[in-house]
This record gives sequence, structure tokens and C-alpha cells, in this order.
Amino acid sequence: MTSTLTLASLAPAIPEIYLTVALCVILLVDAFAGQASRRLTPTLTLAALVIGAALTARYADVSSSVTLFSGMYVADPLGNMLKLFAFLFIAVGLLYSRHYLDARGLLKGEYYVLTLSALLGICVMISAGSLLSMYMGIELLSLSLYALVAFNRDSGIAAESAIKYFVLGAIASGCLLYGMSLVYGMSGSLLFSDIADSLRGVPSLGLIMGLVFLVVGVAFKFGAVPFHMWVPDVYHGAPSSVTLLIASAPKIGSFALAYRLLVEALGGVATSWMQMLTIIAVLSLFLGNVVAVAQTNMKRLLAYSAIGNVGFILLGFVAGSEQGVEAALFYTLAYIITTLGAFGVVLLASPAGFEADHFDHYKGLHARDPMLALAMMVMMFSVGGMPLFVGFWAKLQIFQALWAVNATELVVIAALISVVGLYYCLRVIKLMYFDAPGDFPRSTCSTAERGVLLVNAAIVVALGLLPNTLLSLCEAVIG
Amino acid sequence: MITLQHMLTLSGVLFALAIAGIFLNRKNVILLLMCIELMLLAVNFSFVSFSRFLGDLDGQVFVFFVLTVAAAEAAIGLAILVVLFRERRSINVEDLDTLKG
Repeated sequence: MTSTLTLASLAPAIPEIYLTVALCVILLVDAFAGQASRRLTPTLTLAALVIGAALTARYADVSSSVTLFSGMYVADPLGNMLKLFAFLFIAVGLLYSRHYLDARGLLKGEYYVLTLSALLGICVMISAGSLLSMYMGIELLSLSLYALVAFNRDSGIAAESAIKYFVLGAIASGCLLYGMSLVYGMSGSLLFSDIADSLRGVPSLGLIMGLVFLVVGVAFKFGAVPFHMWVPDVYHGAPSSVTLLIASAPKIGSFALAYRLLVEALGGVATSWMQMLTIIAVLSLFLGNVVAVAQTNMKRLLAYSAIGNVGFILLGFVAGSEQGVEAALFYTLAYIITTLGAFGVVLLASPAGFEADHFDHYKGLHARDPMLALAMMVMMFSVGGMPLFVGFWAKLQIFQALWAVNATELVVIAALISVVGLYYCLRVIKLMYFDAPGDFPRSTCSTAERGVLLVNAAIVVALGLLPNTLLSLCEAVIG
Repeated sequence: MITLQHMLTLSGVLFALAIAGIFLNRKNVILLLMCIELMLLAVNFSFVSFSRFLGDLDGQVFVFFVLTVAAAEAAIGLAILVVLFRERRSINVEDLDTLKG
């Protein structure tokens, strides 16, 4: 790597460079705009996200893998696509949140700046080419999220969930780092490409220890059993708009972490980490889907549902084939689109002074607000894996990938457990459509927010009817 | 003669102490922050040992980044702690039980 750094050679890194500049500009504008910043900052942030996505599509569109900064930064078609989706998901999340934040006096510039820095962290994770850049990306994402969870300073449960998230997150980062130090010691390099070259065949004892710590870190960032303790508490305690944020785009970051670290760098010793990942995936499937049945709080239900769905994503990696990674990618994207809609309903159904998080608040939702009930029904059918919805194809892809590598027992386990998963989804639908409506405040959200929700629901159905559009995209960028 | 094994053992012991501290301590959240700091320093020690053993400077550069991030992490942790104390008038770990997992 002796090539000199020119301005033109920086083009693949434009998404991150642009995002850093935009973040600083928005921070300054917000500080100096005074009263106007309440309307200005959200609009400016959305504009920045749209421009960022356009710049990513225009300049960072590489046909093959390109490395920058002595291999620390990797730009490839997969990274490009993941970044575009991350921009999109964050933008949709912010569209849903504006009304909710405004009604609670949380509509401050810091919220938007922290969200953008979380997005920057995700982008750095997606494009990480070495252990160092991966670590920096993870920390940028995590630190922003810790602050966002505690954003509502008047809420006791938000502060409690933030401190839990912080302590457990810091332990996970410590484990991940310890694993990184061992992998560095065994391979002699921080670069993923060098690690992939030097670590092959039967792993040494030190490397196995390193792998254990790395898998612990990855499992924590995904929120997989047995490192899932933070998920329900943080989903429940954080303001719903922050829960939406945590449940959506950071999952792309987790996917990138697992892909870059486990598949790209440590693919040579895949058999060692696959056993660990299999156990974690199966435990997540069981615990997530079974405990979700016993929940009476919507946010906790979605938290356990997230744990169960992460089990499916990890099963894609367990398959160990290119098809498996494609299935995991498809599942991640399908899951995020669905979860955005589900939390979108939670946000839109929460007017000022009222949190629609208990099951009782959803009883007879159809009678009070048919549109929100319809959107939630679509999302629940998709999470449950009903045919005609995108969640069905996502699960089918995982099953096919496992079937292709003769992991029949995993297919049987996953298929049985997704029946349990379907139960809690149908329960929510029953609440909304067949129970007597309770007397709760009506949604006061704007037409624009309803429009976004409708489009979101339409996409879930459209991808369910035409899954090949997204599927061929996933196939094109992997491998 | 101090070998790589000695240094790695020390780093492993420090790391284990930090983990044990986090799980044994039921009193004070500030102690948790100290344990987290110890954990990162144990990792730093491991990085520096490997770096010296391999004759490769990358590991030591990594340590600088970890130190910087640890400072930022401590700042955010203490900020959350201040918010928590204002709400609860307590930083006792056992009092953090409103949310049941």
C-alpha cells in the first residue's frame, strides 16, 4: 500500500466523509438557530439523509471491492447497499418520531445529531476493513445509543434502562476487544484480509479463546441469548422513538459486524465459531418466541420477538454457505422493514401524555383507528411468517439455506418454533380486531406520518408478493 | 526473564478480576464503571504484549484508540449516572429493579 492519497481516490468513502460534515453543520445550525431550530433541525436532518443516500448511490457505487487507508476501509457492493438501506431506515424512523418527540418536549437538536452519529457508526462498521475501524464504528454507534436511551431526563425507567444498557454494552465491548487482541496476537495483523490469509485449518487454543470472546461480543450486539438481558429492558425503558431506532438500523450494523468479522476475516476457522453460533441461534429462537407469548406489554413483546428473529438471522450464518449469508441479509432487511412499521404504529398511537405500550391500549384498536390496526396486522402477519408477506419469504430462505447444507434438524426446530411465534402475532391481531375497545386517547398524528406508515405496510405486502426484487439484490452483492 | 506467557497471564487475570468485580458487586454503580475501566486496561495490556512480541506497532496504536474511547465511555456512563441519581436519589445496584427482564 504505497499509493499516494488523492482526492479522487477518496470517492468510495464519501458517505462517511459527507455524514461527518453534515453532522457538524447540523450541530452548529441547531446551536445558533435559537427558537427556529425546533422546525429547522428535523427538516435539515431529513434533507441531509436524502442527500447522503444520493451521494452514496452516485459516488460510492463500486463494482468490486476497493480498499482505502491502507486497507482499514473497504468499499464493496454489499457495503454500498447496506449503507443505502441504513440511510433509508434512519430517515423513516425519524419521520415516525417527530410527532412523538414534539408531544413530549423531546424535540431537540441533540436527538437528531446523536441519531446521525449513530448512523455514522453503522456506516463505519459496514465499511470496516480492520479490527480497529470495526471497533471505532461499534463504539460510535453504542455511545450514541446509550445517550439516546437516557434522552428523556425526567423518566426514571429510561435512566435505569440506560445504565443497564451501558454496563452490559461496555462488558460486551470489553469481551469483543479481548477477543480482538487474541486474534491480533495469533494472526499478527489487524487487517481482516491478512487475518483471513493467516488463520486457517485447526485453530490454536489462544485463537479458540479469542473466538469465544468475539462470538460473545457479536451475540450481545445482536441481542441473542444468553446475552439478551438488555433487550427487553432497553426496549421497554427507552422512549418509544429510541426503541424504534435501536430495533432498526443498528441490526444492519450487527449484520455487518458478523459478516466482516466472522465470515470474511475468520472464515478459515468457521467450524469453530459455527458450533457456538448454532447453540446461540437455537437458544434465541426458543427463548425469544416462547417468552414473547407471556408478554402483556407491546414493547416487551417486540423485544422478545426481536430476540427470536435474531435467532433466524444467526441460523443463516450457521449454514456457512453463500446462500446462508444471502438469506441472513434478506432476513435482516425484511425484519427491519417490518419492525419499523410495528414501532411506527406504537409511536403513532401515542398522543401527548399517553404511552400506548400495554396490550390493553390495543384492545379494539380497529374500532378506534382502523388504519393503525390494519398496519399493525400486516406487520404481525409478516413477523409471524404468513405467506403473502415478506416475513414468510425471509424464513423460507433460511430454511432453504439450511436444507442445502443438510442441517435438517435445524430446519425442523426452526419450523416448529416459528409456529409458536405465529401464536403471539395472532394474539395481537385478536386484541385489535375482536376485543371490546377501551377508552383511550385517540391518535393525533399527522396525515404525512400515516402516509409513511401506509407506504411501509404496502412495501411489506409488495415484497411478500414479489420477493425476487429484494432477493436478487441480496444475491448480487454477496460473494 | 519475562516472557509473553507472563504478560498474557497478567492480562487474563486482570480481565477476570474485572468480570468478577462486575458480577460480585451489588452495591455501587460507580464500582461497575471502575471494573469496566479495568477490563479495557487489561485488554490494552494484552495488545501491548502482543505488539512487542510480534514487533508490530499496530497493536500499540490500537491502545491509543481504546484509551480515547474509554474516556468517552466513562463520560457518558457518568452522565447517565447523574440522570439516574437525580431520579432515584440512589446509585445502588439493587435498587435498579423497576424493569424486570
